[in-house]
Amino acid sequence: MAPKAQWDWSVGSKTVVDLATNNDEVAWREESHASPDGEQVAAVVRTTDETYTVQVNDTLWESQFDRVWYLRYSPDGRLTALVNDGDWKLCVDEEAWEEGYGFVWNTLFSEDGSVIACSVSDSMQYGMIKDGEIWPNLFANANNFVLSADGAHTAAAVQTEPLGQAEIFKFKQGVFSVAVDGEPWERNFVNVWTPVISPSGTHVAAQVRLNLFEYTIACNGATWNETFSQVWEPCFHPKTNAIAAPVRLGGKWGMAVDGQVVWKPQFFQVWHQRYTPRGDRLIALVCPQYGRWTVAVDGQAWRTTFGDMISDLTTSPDGRRIAAVGKENERWTIIADDKAWPEMYDMCWKPVFSPNGDHVAAKVERSKKYTIVVDGKPYSKEFSECWDPIFSDDGNLILIRGIINNTYIRIVERVSTICG
Amino acid sequence: MERIYVFVSGPLAWIAWTVFVVGSIYRIWHLLKLAKEKEQVLFSYISFKYAIRSIINWAIPWNTNNMRLHPIFVGVAFLFHIGFFLILAFLSAHVILLEEGFGLGWPALPDIVADMLAFAVLGACIFFAARRVVRPEVAFVTDWTDYALLGLVAAPFLTGILAYHQWGDPLVVTLLHILSAELLIASIPFTRLSHMLFAPFTRGYIGSEFGMVRHVKDW
Amino acid sequence: MSERVWIKDEGIERGAEALTPERIERTINAVLGNETGARLMAYVETCAHCGLCSEACHFYLSRDRDPSYSPVGKVKQTIWPMLKNKGKVSVEFMKQATQIAQTECNLCRRCVQYCPFGIDIAYMMTLVRRIVHKLELTPLYIQDTAHSHSATLNQMWVKDDEWIDALHWQEDELRDEFPTARIPLEKEGAEIMYSVIGPEPKFRTQLIYQAAAIMNVAGLDWTMPATPGWDNSDMAMFTGDSEIMARLKRAHFETAARLRVKKIVMGECGHAFRSVYDTGNRVLGWRMPPIPVIHALEFYWDLLNEGRIKVAKQIEEPVTFHDPCNVVRGRGLHEKAREVVRAFCKNLVEMHPNREHNLCCAAGGGVINCGPPFKNARVESNRAKAEQLKATGVKICIAPCHNCHGGLDDIIHKYELDMELKFLGEIIYECMEKPEAQ
Repeated sequence: MAPKAQWDWSVGSKTVVDLATNNDEVAWREESHASPDGEQVAAVVRTTDETYTVQVNDTLWESQFDRVWYLRYSPDGRLTALVNDGDWKLCVDEEAWEEGYGFVWNTLFSEDGSVIACSVSDSMQYGMIKDGEIWPNLFANANNFVLSADGAHTAAAVQTEPLGQAEIFKFKQGVFSVAVDGEPWERNFVNVWTPVISPSGTHVAAQVRLNLFEYTIACNGATWNETFSQVWEPCFHPKTNAIAAPVRLGGKWGMAVDGQVVWKPQFFQVWHQRYTPRGDRLIALVCPQYGRWTVAVDGQAWRTTFGDMISDLTTSPDGRRIAAVGKENERWTIIADDKAWPEMYDMCWKPVFSPNGDHVAAKVERSKKYTIVVDGKPYSKEFSECWDPIFSDDGNLILIRGIINNTYIRIVERVSTICG
Repeated sequence: MERIYVFVSGPLAWIAWTVFVVGSIYRIWHLLKLAKEKEQVLFSYISFKYAIRSIINWAIPWNTNNMRLHPIFVGVAFLFHIGFFLILAFLSAHVILLEEGFGLGWPALPDIVADMLAFAVLGACIFFAARRVVRPEVAFVTDWTDYALLGLVAAPFLTGILAYHQWGDPLVVTLLHILSAELLIASIPFTRLSHMLFAPFTRGYIGSEFGMVRHVKDW
Repeated sequence: MSERVWIKDEGIERGAEALTPERIERTINAVLGNETGARLMAYVETCAHCGLCSEACHFYLSRDRDPSYSPVGKVKQTIWPMLKNKGKVSVEFMKQATQIAQTECNLCRRCVQYCPFGIDIAYMMTLVRRIVHKLELTPLYIQDTAHSHSATLNQMWVKDDEWIDALHWQEDELRDEFPTARIPLEKEGAEIMYSVIGPEPKFRTQLIYQAAAIMNVAGLDWTMPATPGWDNSDMAMFTGDSEIMARLKRAHFETAARLRVKKIVMGECGHAFRSVYDTGNRVLGWRMPPIPVIHALEFYWDLLNEGRIKVAKQIEEPVTFHDPCNVVRGRGLHEKAREVVRAFCKNLVEMHPNREHNLCCAAGGGVINCGPPFKNARVESNRAKAEQLKATGVKICIAPCHNCHGGLDDIIHKYELDMELKFLGEIIYECMEKPEAQ
């Protein structure tokens, strides 16, 4: 797939494929997936021979498999699937990785999509594969798999020692650690969760439980000096490798950076924290009042709150703007910079900022129909299916991918037209 | 003796009622403060409608499942509580005191009814005490404080009956009656008799949880 | 009936070896001081020691009305001395308190409905369990289950791939009967996320099969997650480990949110419902579940009333229905459940008491999960239930809860009741119209 700037950005609507056309070989078609550039729509299909394959636009992959699932486009437009032809393999653009295993799952992409990884189990041993290369060491179990944003490293929580049935005392001595590129930390913990790889690739931090009630953050195997009654997943400062994590003290949640409390524990919940891209602000989803949810910026909660939940915290690429999905009374909307969109929807997807941060858009659902909304203004057409919108680099155009009457179409529209 | 009587029926009565009122306000205030500080969450689950629904259903004799399993106990317990408050508020002697002291007045119970009620309350106390001895599941959780509380409640009724029927030295008996009543009143906020203060809260809370969250009856 | 035996459990015994009086005192005071407030105070001071809660308890009824098994009797042997002695209690006391709170109370909350003041004794037993957790005295088997929850986010040490494999396998099986049926994994934007408890992929896969069959026949837009967060169960809730409970429930709800579903439908499990609907959401700050949770009983009722499933035949034999505490006393689903039962069964014979006053299975509240050491005591402690079942005279008992199944199965064997246990889904699967089945 070409870089975004080279996609077809001419304003207008294009029918890519008529999905109603019957293909004799296809017994049924599963969920559709649109490529990032909108030029393809793909789905796992069941063939009349009772095998599986993949249909891209109106063409079937030549190979057929006992099973195909988890069809996903990588950010650079390669189409991946998990396939079984006796062994399990990851298949990229119809080409399966050479080696097959007992099971592969959980396809992961680097930010630009150039690196693909997945989880693997083989002969009751667990680990990861990156671009076809399996970890040098496998483990009795592994989970919480992660691939770094730049694709350079993989990590997971791993079980480094055997644990028999009901061995609760051995468990308390610690049999879990973090493996980075297959190499475990030297130290074991009672539990390890959510390893996170620093942008520099030099540090890996994770939540750890030291005994049944003391929690802290460990980085490269060394823990913070401070312990807490609970912690959530850490995140790295984009430049300094400082680690921020929500921590619970005296029954309330706050935020600690490198072990020091920086947000006073005053929340009923704090999670999904992240630094803005330049690292100047620390933001999180918080529950400032029991049963009310919002965004907090440097420990200050927004005034607009939601009763059901808040999710999908997003910043604009320049870090200037912040948005999230809020839910109240079973209805969803987007909140950007403490201001909710006027309308509530049956569902909202993660908000998408234009590169310069001027606009925010999201896929929404209204009465079983889907469309996209930009800055609170809905696009004029509704779709039976649609995908997250994508802004052009200058933020003036928006790519809309959707299905109307069984026809997959690709639309480029002026943002100003939607926003009025 | 008369000076003692004057003190007991005057300043001490004021003190007892003050302790009761201030103590009760303090206990309820403290309960709410504690809830606000440490269990703020619970306020989200209070529903006036379901609290009242629960209180009403438990205020009707033989209405709840468990009450029907203990018909005699329920009869005695309702008689006891109703008798207690009727006598406290509507005994002619009490009404006269109030009228003389504050100029407030309301109709009083006929003396014969009040007398029967007083015997009933006393009888109920004996019933409760006997139950604590006889019923293993009650005996198991009974300690001296339970008997002491029963004694505390029974004493004003016993002395009241003695006073009404003029059994014993009238002055001594009346004095003992007033004293024991003052002791009872003052101790309500600070003993398990505080269920008088807390029951609406515990009942209302659980009624709300059962009604609003769990959509089910709590009786 | 035999006397109570203080049972030797490796978790309790070895945990007790590491205890000092100072640690006990410190821990009790920390939990009671920092984690309780108005509720405990009001409960302790309001309790009139009247004993009226006794007859609510199946342990008390089954143990020949031994008062030490009554609800208030259990409080007397646990919370009261802790408070009175300001945490200065012996190791031996704590071992016994562990057995009482962790294995002799199912937290079924029937006693709450019997107390004139509405005192929540289950809450107090939960507090004792919290102290027990902090003292590391939790019985071995349930502690192991809580460890599984912590390490895998499911109850049965099911590894990430095993879960997916189980679903693939069930989908393949399903195709033999329904050639075009699917178990859609990771379908973002589906209407329903279906979630189950750990034992289902481990050894009750037929339940996943039946649920998938119902979903397919009803033509629903549904999905199951292929990631941890699929398990809605929660033994950490029952070991007093509210931090692990929070972790589990967060994973569950965030999985549903990630899949953009409108609601979570869950299988026939009671305790998981309590965790998802009542307890777990609260510990995270959600007043009510952030995504609505529909228990199987309510779901079946909806399907039936919307005409999405139809009755093809009825069970001729008389059946009885056991009301699980967590979805009946915890959610009031007893009438809806009965409507579904009556639709598929000709003759429903009520057991007595029933509905919100039903007697507990004695397995719930994590009691059955304390494992073999406590099994005999548990089964002996539910003679009352056995008598209740026997009195119906029927041979089929519908129990829409996994723990209830475990508990009832044990008493059916012990008391030779000659009764078959069924999930309601099993009956629906057997008796519904299946237009596309081969």
